[in-house]
Amino acid sequence: MKVTYYPGCSLHGTGKEYDQSVKAVSRALGVELEEIEDWSCCGATSAHSTNFKLSVALPARNLMIAGKGEAKDIMVPCAACFNRFKSAQHHLQHDEALKKEVEEIVGQKYSPGLDVKSPIDILYNGIGLDALKAKVVKRLTGLRPVSYYGCLLVRPPEVCKFEDYENPYMLDGILAALGADVKKWSYKTDCCGGSLTISRTDIVGKLVDKLMTMAREAGANCVVTACPVCMANLDARASENLRLPVFYFTELTALALGLPGTSTWFKLHNVDPLPLVSSLGLL
Amino acid sequence: MSGSRILVKSYGCLPLTEEDRTANGVDMKTFLEEVNEKIDGVPLQRCYHCRKCTAGCPLAFAMEHNPNKIIRMIQMGMKKEVLGSSTIWLCASCETCITRCPNEVDIARMMDVLREMAVAAGIGAREKNVLSFHEAFLASIKSRGRINEPFMMVDYKLKSGDLFSDMGMGISMFMKGKLSLVSPKTRDMDAIRKIFDKTKHA
Repeated sequence: MKVTYYPGCSLHGTGKEYDQSVKAVSRALGVELEEIEDWSCCGATSAHSTNFKLSVALPARNLMIAGKGEAKDIMVPCAACFNRFKSAQHHLQHDEALKKEVEEIVGQKYSPGLDVKSPIDILYNGIGLDALKAKVVKRLTGLRPVSYYGCLLVRPPEVCKFEDYENPYMLDGILAALGADVKKWSYKTDCCGGSLTISRTDIVGKLVDKLMTMAREAGANCVVTACPVCMANLDARASENLRLPVFYFTELTALALGLPGTSTWFKLHNVDPLPLVSSLGLL
Repeated sequence: MSGSRILVKSYGCLPLTEEDRTANGVDMKTFLEEVNEKIDGVPLQRCYHCRKCTAGCPLAFAMEHNPNKIIRMIQMGMKKEVLGSSTIWLCASCETCITRCPNEVDIARMMDVLREMAVAAGIGAREKNVLSFHEAFLASIKSRGRINEPFMMVDYKLKSGDLFSDMGMGISMFMKGKLSLVSPKTRDMDAIRKIFDKTKHA
């Protein structure tokens, strides 16, 4: 399966273990990734908070370049980039005048047809849980994760078209297929505070503490995410006594598939996951 | 989004024509009309104040006026209070409000519109550091096409004056090799600069 790949800025920086684990898992499952030629930033929260047209034009440039490739699917692992890409597509496809204006701004033509996808979607629907299970060499026995989707993969539903937006299940399904004992909780899509982490760290601390408290109450011994902003907040902003190891779902997939690299990625985390992983005999 | 204009009529609040607006040489456009025009979707009159947006808002506890109150204040023409409030800058754009609103009022988009209006009107941001972060973030894209996290953070710290928070974390990330001072730029910077120039607010 050939898929266009948009890493985005985070995956080249603080989220580099997400980038590396997405690539390792894709390779192992026969998904061929081709990075968008000369990509640029999606604009994230900062663009749409202050300048609507900029917030459509920045992702549109990447969509226009990707549209020239052969692959119909584009994998966008960062939930923030995913949301901006989906939102830009939504506006370009529903507002002809805006589309013309954005084409003029970017200097390229926009053609619809590209399918923006999260790696969760590609693993769950493209590869399938049976095929994934067949590749597992080390079941994640003893790992009790809660799956944390956050906001930007699921909302607003008519733009993201991801899955059940109040109670998504794909990530739970993937983790269960890897042999983990996934815990149920009702905070899957509650906000972590996003980019307020820099400007209002106090508020984000409160939001993250609540998430960690509820994860513990659900009986979890770790939290699993698919977003570099959620990862940064959950991993670094929780109070000392509430901390839990946090994983990208692709790191755990790589661990269960027996792929190399996991211990290098775990060293990049703020809350060291090695004590948990090694106590369970998983590494 | 032409459908929304039909909705306005059905609710008995036909938008004023250009002629009505300037009757007797007076600008008659209300704050509510101004915001609705910029949202370009479901008009805020459709809100029947069930407060579902606020019940689900994860940031409401930290806000000066909750999201529902902001809608009411817009309806009442309290422009200065709304644009000068911390609420519009504390909204994290999690989109829970628009997802759950029974009347499809796009409150998240409304917050974007209000932030743009506050900056355009020269009121600036009540939460100064939030705006400083957005400015540093966009400046990084403008100069490199992509975000380089260490450079962006230094720029933010200079803009906000918040020099020492997160210093330990930054150093620890740096030591682990998470942060890199050299990261590839977008090559076609001409295209990026054009995007910024052509979308610049007048």
